[in-house]
This record gives sequence, C-alpha cells and structure tokens, in this order.
Amino acid sequence: MGKNAAKARLVVIGNGMAGIRTVEELLKMAPDLYAITVFGDEPHPNYNRILLTPVLAGEMRLEETILNDHDWYAEHGITLHTGSPVVQIDRVRRRVITASGENVPYDRILIATGAAAALAPIPGNDLPGVYSYRDMRDVEALTRVSAEGGEAVIIGAGHLGLEVAHGLNARGMRVTVVHRRAWPLDKQLDARGGAMLQQAMEARGIRFLMERESAAVFGKEHVEGLQFQDGSSIPARIVVMTVGIRPRIALAQAAGLACEQGILVNDTLQTYDPRIYAVGECVQHRGMTYGLVAPLFEQAKVAANHLAEYGRMRYEGSITSTKLKVTGIELFSAGDFLGGNDTEELTLLDAHQGIYKKVVLQDNKIKGILLYGDTSIGPWLFEQLRDEQDISSRRDHLLFGETHLGDAGHAGSSQAARLSDTAEICGCNGVSKGQIVHAIREGLFTLEEVRKCTKASASCGSCTGLVEQLLVSTLGGVYDGSARKKALCGCTDYSHQEVRDAIHKQKLLSVRETFRSLGWRNPGGCATCRPAVNYYVRTAWPAEGLDDPSARFINERAHANIQKDGTYSVIPRIYGGVTTPAELKRIAEVAERHAVPMVKFTGGQRLDLLGIPKEKLPQIWAELDMPSGHAYGKALRTVKSCVGKEFCRFGVQDSTQLAIDLEKNLERMWAPHKVKLAASGCPRNCAESTIKDVGVIGVDSGWEIYVGGNGGMKVRAADLLTKVKTEAEVIEISKAFLQMYREDAQYLERTAPWVERVGMERIKAEVIDKLERRKELAERLDFALAQEKDPWTEAVSGRLDIHAAPLRRVSARGG
Amino acid sequence: MQWFPLGKVSEVPSGGGRYVETPVGQIAVLCNEEGVLFAVHNRCPHRGGPLSEGFVSGKTVFCPLHNWQIDLESGEALPPDQGCVKTFPLKTENDEIWLGLPETVS
Repeated sequence: MGKNAAKARLVVIGNGMAGIRTVEELLKMAPDLYAITVFGDEPHPNYNRILLTPVLAGEMRLEETILNDHDWYAEHGITLHTGSPVVQIDRVRRRVITASGENVPYDRILIATGAAAALAPIPGNDLPGVYSYRDMRDVEALTRVSAEGGEAVIIGAGHLGLEVAHGLNARGMRVTVVHRRAWPLDKQLDARGGAMLQQAMEARGIRFLMERESAAVFGKEHVEGLQFQDGSSIPARIVVMTVGIRPRIALAQAAGLACEQGILVNDTLQTYDPRIYAVGECVQHRGMTYGLVAPLFEQAKVAANHLAEYGRMRYEGSITSTKLKVTGIELFSAGDFLGGNDTEELTLLDAHQGIYKKVVLQDNKIKGILLYGDTSIGPWLFEQLRDEQDISSRRDHLLFGETHLGDAGHAGSSQAARLSDTAEICGCNGVSKGQIVHAIREGLFTLEEVRKCTKASASCGSCTGLVEQLLVSTLGGVYDGSARKKALCGCTDYSHQEVRDAIHKQKLLSVRETFRSLGWRNPGGCATCRPAVNYYVRTAWPAEGLDDPSARFINERAHANIQKDGTYSVIPRIYGGVTTPAELKRIAEVAERHAVPMVKFTGGQRLDLLGIPKEKLPQIWAELDMPSGHAYGKALRTVKSCVGKEFCRFGVQDSTQLAIDLEKNLERMWAPHKVKLAASGCPRNCAESTIKDVGVIGVDSGWEIYVGGNGGMKVRAADLLTKVKTEAEVIEISKAFLQMYREDAQYLERTAPWVERVGMERIKAEVIDKLERRKELAERLDFALAQEKDPWTEAVSGRLDIHAAPLRRVSARGG
Repeated sequence: MQWFPLGKVSEVPSGGGRYVETPVGQIAVLCNEEGVLFAVHNRCPHRGGPLSEGFVSGKTVFCPLHNWQIDLESGEALPPDQGCVKTFPLKTENDEIWLGLPETVS
C-alpha cells in the first residue's frame, strides 16, 4: 500500500484487556497499517480487570489499575468511543452501526466483547440490591452500598464469589457465601484443599452455607433475604450473584457469525467471516472458552500477527493455571488435579501450618497441580506440566521444589513471598522485590516485560524463578507464563525448537537466510537471537553452514575473554592440566616480555594471562605457540584431573591420561553453553567430577560416568549415566552424550537444566542402550569437530582476521 | 569540522564494527545489516564497554559487556537505562569512509 493511499480501517469492538492487548501487539508489528477505531461500553479507558478485587477490598485505587490512559489512544492515533456501543455489524456494506445511529465503515473487525455475569435463574433476581461482580461499575456500586454495612449474601463460591466475599468483608459487611457444592472452589480444589480454604476464610469472619440450592430472592421493594429450596432462608441487605459468566455473542450472532457457547474461531482467531477476528472471553476455540487473562493474551498475539498480515502463527489452545486473589491466601492449581484410575498422586499435608500440596502424575509426567498455603513451586511445576517433562529423576523431591538446590546470588532464598520488600532479588542489577512488584502493578504481565522495565533477571538469569514467583503472586492467574511456548526473543514469535526445525527442514545455511525466511521483525536480529541462530545453523549444517562472525559474541570473535576494562584474557590449552617445565618457561617469558598485569590459575586448572589489549592478541598467541583453550566460548572448556594412579597412593585409574585423551578428543567443540569435564582417579573424587557436565570417576573395575552436574549459579549433583570398563568406552559415551546435548538443548541451556528437562531415561535410551545410536551420535560429533580449526593458529597465520588493530589511527595533523 | 579518511567500507564488518584511535579517544565505527554506518565514542555510558565489539542491528548497538542498548542516531541509551554517548558525523565517497572531527582537535 502506497503512503498516500488511505489506510485500511480496523474497528475494534470492546475496550477491554483482550481487545487492547491485540491492538498493542499489532502496533508493535505494523504501526502504520490501520486506522484504528475502538468502541467500549464502559466509560473508563482500558483497566486491569484482575485488580477489581484489590480495589473492592480497598487495597488499591481505581486509577492505579488503568493500563492505557486516554493519552495512549491519542498518541497512537486511535479513535476511542466510550458510551456509544456498536449495535449492529452490517457485513454486506461493511460498516458498523452505533447506538446513536452513526455508521463506521471497516475493512477488518476485531470483536472482543468479553463476557457478562450470569444471574441465577431464580425469582427476585431483578430486585434492587441484587448485584453481579464483573466490571468497575459493579465495584463502584458495591463500594457505595457496603459503606452502610449489614448482611451480604454471595451466591456461588467460585473465584469471583470468594474474592467479592473477601472485599465486602474487608469493607465491614457481614458476609455469607452460599454454594450448591460441598466445598468452595470445587473446580480448582479437591475436598481437602476446599476444607482448608473454607477454614481460613471462616477465620476471617466469612460464613459458609454449603450444599444449598437457592430458590428465590425475596423482598418487597428491595432485597430482604434469600430463600433456599429446603424452605429455610437467611436475611440479606444485598445479594451478589457470581454463578458464572456468559460470553457476549449477541452482536456476532445477529451478524450471522457462527456461534455456540461463544463466537466460533479457528486457529488464526478468524470467525465465520474472514474479515472479522475475535479474541477473548467471547470466543470459543476448539470447543473451549476461557475466562482467565493469560489465554486471552496468547490469542491477542496470534490475532495481531494475522491482522498485521504476517500470517505465521497459530493459536492451539491454552493450558491454564489459576490462583486466588485474596490477600494472604495462597492457592495455585492447574491441569487435572483430581486424577483418576490411571493416575498417581504425590501429596504433602501439614494441617498445622496450613500447607497442602498435591501433584497428579501419569506415566511420570505431571497432569495436575494443587498447591494450598505455599504456592512458591507453582511456576516450576507448571512449566514441567506444560512441557510434558519426564519427572522420574526428581520424583522424590517434586513437592519440595528446587529449594534444596543451591541458588547463588540471592542469599539462597528461593521463596519470593517470604522476602521483605527491600530484599534484593536481582543481584546483578541490584533490583529489590519492592521495585519489581511496583513495576508489575503498573501494568507488566510477562517475564520479558519485567526484564525490560526493571532489568531484574536480565543478566545472569539466576533470579528468573524468583521474578516468576513475583509475577504469579502479584498477578495471579493472569501471569503469561502459561504460554504454550516461549518465543526465542522479541524479534520473532517462533520458539527455539521451531527455528531449529526450520533450519533443518528448509536447509537454511546462514543466520541471514534464517532471519529472512522466517520473517524476523528486525532484519538484523538482536544480541539474543543472533548467536543462538548461528549455533543452530552450525550444528544442523556443520560443513555447509556459514559460521557468521557477526553473529558471535565478542569473545568468540576475538577468541579471548573480554574483561571489564576492554582488555582480554588469554588461556592456552593445557591438555588435562598436565604441563612441562619448558612450556611453563615459555608462558612465563611471554608474560614477562609483555608485562602481563596478572597471571593466575583458573578454576579449571589452567593458566590465565589477564589484561592483554586486543591489538596484542595475535602476537602473544604466536609467541605462546599453543592452541586456544576456548576458555572464552560456549564450547568445551577444560577437563580437570586429579593425580590418578600414576603417582597417587589411592588412585585406581589413570585419570590424568584419560583427561588428556578426553580433551584432545573434544577440543574445539562448540556447544549450547560452556562444557566442563573432569576425571578423578578414585572415588575420593578430587577432580570434583560430580559437579561437571560430564565427570568420570575411576573405580577398581573401570569408570563411572556422571552427567548434568553444575557447580556454578545453581549447584546440581550429576546423575550417574553408566559404568564402563575401558577408556575407549568413556570417550565414545562422552561424545554421544555431548552430541545429543548439542543437537537437542536450547542455546544457552547448560547440561544441568537440559538433563532435568529431557530426563535421564531418554538420555540412557539413546546413549547407553542403543549401541548403533551411540555410534551415530559420536560420529556426527567427530564430523563436526573435523570442520573446526584452531582459531589462534588461523589468526597467527593470517587466515582469520580478528580485527585486532584499529581501523585507522587519526593523528591531529593527519588528514 | 575536519574530515579524516578511515578506510574502505568493506573493512567494517556488517552487523558489527571497528575502532579508530583519534586525539579525542577511541571512536567506534559501526555498520548495520543494511550497510548504514555510524560513529560514536567507543565507551558505553554504563561501564565504558567498547561498543565497537557489540552487535549492531537497525540503529541499535548492544554493548558487549552488559548488553546495554544504545540508539546510534541520538547516542542515547534505550530505556530503562539512562546515559548518552557522543556521536560523530561520517560520510562515504568512492567507497572510502570519512570521519568528521571538530576543528579544535586539529
């Protein structure tokens, strides 16, 4: 479309979270494509509906819940109509007609009319004093009426019912909750959890009448009470009905769009009329309607993608988790937490502390989660549920979460809820819990947004779990972590795996080609996707694929590790950590000649020359005359060793020789992240093999091989992979394991989380049980390594230019 | 303004950069994926990281030390970070890059 041509017209019906989120996503992708008009029923601009309860309870003010103020609409050239709703869609003439008779033409429509509260179908449900609980109008009305106190009866003990009960109780009313089932939140809790919840709310003064069918609301001119089918009754000044929501589909129905419970949409969120899209609570997709906000945001992303004419994404339904937004009551549930005949249950009950945890398993996968009292492990469990991870290796501590594992950088705490507001969450960027919670309240919904806005979890990432907990505890069920997949970065909506599959299937041989072919939003990518995609291209096509230096971090371009002052460190390869006097002399002479500011041993038993200016790197490499130690790369680092049986009086195996052999077999191996190995000569394990990506321990009869250990940010003891007799087997199995990791793990995923994600069973099946498969993997690694040359030799000989020298020296008199 | 020749356009890798030594300190010469060139002081406003070693995409450079993002047209750090790096004019003639420095330098 030319610049002067009129823009296409997009009419958005519904000014709520789903509709406006779609517009926001659309503006990100195609800011100038449409002239946008938004119609809303409520007089307010878009506000955060999940914060209704804090407003009702007096914990927040209405203004604090506004997500997009009037200025936002103006800034983006969006015409906003509030108070003049659309009453008809004329699909033939392609225009919408408003209540005031105005005609607005469209090219595309987005319907996001949401849902309305359903009223209990009983006599008297229209009496003054009967309320629903759905939008800001209801909150305002309830706030007003509650000021006079009195008896409030809530019909329905679902989420909304309990939240409104909490709000009115906080405002001083005497609250009774009436429910037809035996326990509150019967769709989110089992009987035991329901009883605990009821007890906790009763302790706050809220009364429950369970298993009661309401028959009629009675009163002359105003509500006076509620009568039950058994003939009994209770007095009431107000009755709040929270018995469910009904998608608002009347407008769509009248326009001839196919509807059942909701407006029917396909995987691209199009209705029966392809010009008309629909998202949010008014929609029915693959038989499901959704009332939580997280799925709506997923729909918004997909609808925006198609409206922007990218046409790439599909919405495939959502797995949702819920959380009650009642201050002080922790509750999290997801999936099928009731279980059935073919499922197993893990439960933990601590009635005294009010903690109940239940995980439902089927075939070693999590099918359902129910957490009451302590929900800190909710996001962790939910991720495993969503990704269908095999949990057999951590079954014994599943209910305790990751808390038993060391977590560096935030004083070992892994429970955000227990921290004070001033507690530092992100140790890299110095961000406190209070700052993060405040920012989330201002209108953040995803981890990415928190990273962008506060920098928390944006560096080393070790606090990601804590930040996710804060998102969950601040937002409740709205937290976007339920997204079925995570996009690789902000430049694309594809996940790591999807990008990888495309590189394989379409034989994409370079980063540029991949970006082009997959429609990257930024043609140049970013610091996240460039190295990742380059790695995927290199592992998929080790021979033909282009290793693009501009897609590598500076360390892997300069083949040295950049330091805080812009100088570099040089760590030559010393196989197995075994050196000679001659080699040591040479290193010492080089260090002396160039006045190297610091010489130290690394954590991996190697020598580090620190403080080298970039310009001097090639010369120093030439003088050292040793291969690169790759200590700067997402690559094989070192194989640490102990003395072994050659000298050690306890040693039972030759660990130094095996370390040397392993290092020679694996050097120059690029990987998703750094890879560290160790070889110990006896079970005393002096080389610390059990906290390495691959660690071997000599025993009298041969070698034990351990994998997936880590001693860094998050300590993880390695898992025993197998026991073998010979060094040759150790080398072949190490190769096969590492190749499987290289081909399967996401970029920047270390073996420890990868092993947890895929499970030892699958790894053993591939690497140990199937000899053929093991051989193939090892051969593929050998082939990939054969393509790699030592980068220092290449640079010294002039075949590789690391741009060590300045492009030019401009002197004052020069010209 | 005095203009100094720096070298050929092809000497600056696309999507990355080179550095130049000048009387006013190191200057990063950066090139994006479309071949557009930028020149800024080679010190990130955060902790002084060499921007010549960062990723360049569109009109943004990502600092190699802590991933600050700098707008190369304005020199301003992108939110939430705050800071500014000095920009310098560049021109190309017959494939040669020229850097403009204030007269007071020469």
